[in-house]
Amino acid sequence: MKIIEQEKVQTKIDELADKQVYIHLETTNGAYASHFDEEAYNVGAFIRNARVSYQHGKIVSTGGSFRVGLKLDIGWVYAEGVTDYEIDDNDRLLMAGHDREGRLMVALEISETPFSHEADLNE
Amino acid sequence: MNEQHVVVVFPHPDDESFGASGTISKFREEGVPVTYLCGTLGEMGRNMGNPPFANRETLSSYRIQELKEAVTKLDISLELLGYRDKTIEFEPIDELAEDLLKRLERLKPSIVITHYPGFAVHPDHDALGAAVVAAVEKMKKEERPEIWMHAISNDHEERLGKPEIIHDVTPYWDKKLAAIKSHLSQADGMMNLIEKHDQASEQVNRLKTERFYRYPTK
Repeated sequence: MKIIEQEKVQTKIDELADKQVYIHLETTNGAYASHFDEEAYNVGAFIRNARVSYQHGKIVSTGGSFRVGLKLDIGWVYAEGVTDYEIDDNDRLLMAGHDREGRLMVALEISETPFSHEADLNE
Repeated sequence: MNEQHVVVVFPHPDDESFGASGTISKFREEGVPVTYLCGTLGEMGRNMGNPPFANRETLSSYRIQELKEAVTKLDISLELLGYRDKTIEFEPIDELAEDLLKRLERLKPSIVITHYPGFAVHPDHDALGAAVVAAVEKMKKEERPEIWMHAISNDHEERLGKPEIIHDVTPYWDKKLAAIKSHLSQADGMMNLIEKHDQASEQVNRLKTERFYRYPTK
């Protein structure tokens, strides 16, 4: 992945609008958060292959990271803290936010085909 | 020790290296075959390398390669159970136990190493450990292997007392380090700690002793 290039990401978001797409959205502070710090609280949410169509979407800079929101006919999808992106070989828009140690904190991915559940050994 | 076969059952590529690779190396040195039943491919790991080289979609491809490297270094067999990271606790436990039972009946281990359910912090650890217990309890009493359990929760000693099996794995430290190093996407933080602080760090010292509770199934 590389640092977000806002215009390129916006172009890809526009390209995927009004199509049936699959969403992967997750955020987490890790399964060990309260193990290493008893004041901490494990949180996480994860949805894979939600099938949606969005009217429009926007990537907004917050200085250092980005928020991405997608407007559905009767709802919204958004993610905050996104820092990196990649348009992969399958033409999917992968976005993620990492902390200073490179750990994934949040991910939002949009694809025209369902996300697989297996490692592709040929990748 | 006079074991015929040791089976290690953990959910994530790298659990075997951090939690049991010293013990595994000791068994291998004695000529005991070891098989690792690995529950998932760690698809949901937060560590993506530092700087990140994996993304959410490619992570599992890296982690299976890293796992293959680790099992080669440890000279053990590998079977993948094919579950998905962070979802094991939501699977029907009886199906998990049936799957494990079939494998254990085929492998005929004398010892099964797994996580101590309720004391293993990660929900996958707890769920797979519980499924191992359920599988072994389906076996006839005289055919049951011993279950050695790895407890890692902060309160485990307070609640369970001292573990019965304590292996100083310092003689196998090089093997253990090599196995941990194989898991490049996950192990980076720990490797830095090891290289920078070596002897002093409590976390590193803890890795030099592998401790197991014997679960009373007999």
